[in-house]
Amino acid sequence: MDGAVETSPGDETGGGVHRFPAGKGLRLDSGARLEPLEVAYKTYGVLNETRTNAVLVCHALTGDQHAGSVNPVTGRPGWWDSVIGAGLPLDPSRYFVIATNVIGGCMGSTGPASVNPKTKAPYGLAFPVITIADMVRAQAMLVEALGIETLLAVVGGSMGGMQVLQWAADYPQMLFSAVCIAAAPRHSAQNIAFHEVGRQAIMADADWRAGAYETESVRPEKGLAVARMAAHITYLSEAALQRKFGRELQRDGLSWGFDADFQVESYLRHQGAAFVDRFDANSYLYITRALDYFDLAGQHGGVLANAFVKARGVRFCVLSFSSDWLYPTAESRDIVRALNAAGCRASFVEIETDKGHDAFFLDEPLFDGALRGFFASTAQARGL
Amino acid sequence: MREDFAEILRLVRPGSRVLDVGCEDGELLDLLTREKRVDGQGLEISPAGVSACLAKGLAVVQGDGDRDLDHFPTRAFDYAILSKTLQQMREPRHVLSELLRIADQAIVSVPNFGHWRMRMSLMARGRMPETRALPDPWWSTPNIHLCTLRDFTDLCRELDLRIDACAALTAGKSARPIRPEGLLENWRSESALFLLSRRTAEPTGVAPQNLFGDVELPKPAAPKPRRKR
Repeated sequence: MDGAVETSPGDETGGGVHRFPAGKGLRLDSGARLEPLEVAYKTYGVLNETRTNAVLVCHALTGDQHAGSVNPVTGRPGWWDSVIGAGLPLDPSRYFVIATNVIGGCMGSTGPASVNPKTKAPYGLAFPVITIADMVRAQAMLVEALGIETLLAVVGGSMGGMQVLQWAADYPQMLFSAVCIAAAPRHSAQNIAFHEVGRQAIMADADWRAGAYETESVRPEKGLAVARMAAHITYLSEAALQRKFGRELQRDGLSWGFDADFQVESYLRHQGAAFVDRFDANSYLYITRALDYFDLAGQHGGVLANAFVKARGVRFCVLSFSSDWLYPTAESRDIVRALNAAGCRASFVEIETDKGHDAFFLDEPLFDGALRGFFASTAQARGL
Repeated sequence: MREDFAEILRLVRPGSRVLDVGCEDGELLDLLTREKRVDGQGLEISPAGVSACLAKGLAVVQGDGDRDLDHFPTRAFDYAILSKTLQQMREPRHVLSELLRIADQAIVSVPNFGHWRMRMSLMARGRMPETRALPDPWWSTPNIHLCTLRDFTDLCRELDLRIDACAALTAGKSARPIRPEGLLENWRSESALFLLSRRTAEPTGVAPQNLFGDVELPKPAAPKPRRKR
């Protein structure tokens, strides 16, 4: 589908799967090379004549390129339809929004389910281990291929926020501004621990088949569902769970067994079951690994500020949520302090909410206001 | 326009780098950006204030003047502004010292507890003064470190700061240049705005810091030591 453009109603203006020509593979941090390289993406809005209104949206662990339009796999609205759309902070009538699927993903970009050119079978565990920097390198190649020299903004939450930080460290000359939401400069022991639980759940599933389940026409659905259930708890907050479910029961009375008696159990089971329909187990292993390996200070002599010294011309906005215990506000403050120490122009707000880490997907007036204000002033500064 | 804002606007050089500590909704920064084309950065504790600044297109960090100044690099700004909040800081002496590490000059305004209204109120009523400049009762006032002009000029001397300019401020009237050491001004001025700089070129009182060494890194996950082991 070499750079093919498919259009559909709504704000979506293009996208597809960009296949990089032979010889233009991706150099990986591990030393391996990924070739052929394909990056799936969607665009919303139109690139202006001066090519100055492009905004790259980076997705979280299980997100994809369908940020602002209906996801064809689930039939549900795009994961950031609260931010991308007419009258919203990223209005396609004003900006050219690009959303990609990260490499290692399972929505069209090269990942463990892609065909290994050496074996003509799906990579499985032969897929090389990737990093956040590798994902960003592939995005930069796509941005360049689209003929864009400078992005008006790169924006993302959670893992997307880590990609934003990596962008600032590796490609500051390509950025006018950067928005990092509910992220951290490195994965903490607790973050790694939760991911390890998820990976072990997948690998303990007999249908995982050491990663070769595709060739054996089975899927480790149980393991992947458990991984999602455990992870999903970390995306919420105790207060939000309590408010939503409390100790409410599914039916009248207890079952005196192990059915989903409590509403919260039923909710988690549903989350797990819905997830396996749209996500690949090996992708989950590879992407969680990339997150665990992320340590921006570690890449810069142990001093986080060193990551940003070349990004002094970039306008930063860092946002966190008060009830986020996956990447707590303290981590965003570390980012802001490093930005200040490096002499970067930075804004920072902690949004007061009880909705936990996932608040950046939800309708939060304060969050919406902060994004709106930042994008509007950035666009103005860029002369849009 | 607030009388202190008008005076600050007069003092600040066009095109300079400015840090406004306790910038509230960004009114002053916005004014300085528009009128003096400064490169401004705000520090504000309230989320509502921060959001208002963002909407104005200002760079602002949600934070606390008592805690978050330490993370700015040395001499990153031409001016650090602290308007009417020094007396609300936990450690005014440290804050003042930090302002003049971060910036070449500090613009600080303080209410004068030596003003005749204060003295009369205390003498006549025998109670903590509640005046136009400091209207809150003692049990709810945010002003925990009040001083007189003499106290303030003494502290400046102790910290080896030079007073480059000083103006008395009265609500509704334009600023009046004064000599803050004067005995009479300590009676007359309701509050005063100071332009301060260090007498010595290099910041004192603070251990010289590596530009990037002052970043707090999470100790348990620090990658370096682990690799060495």
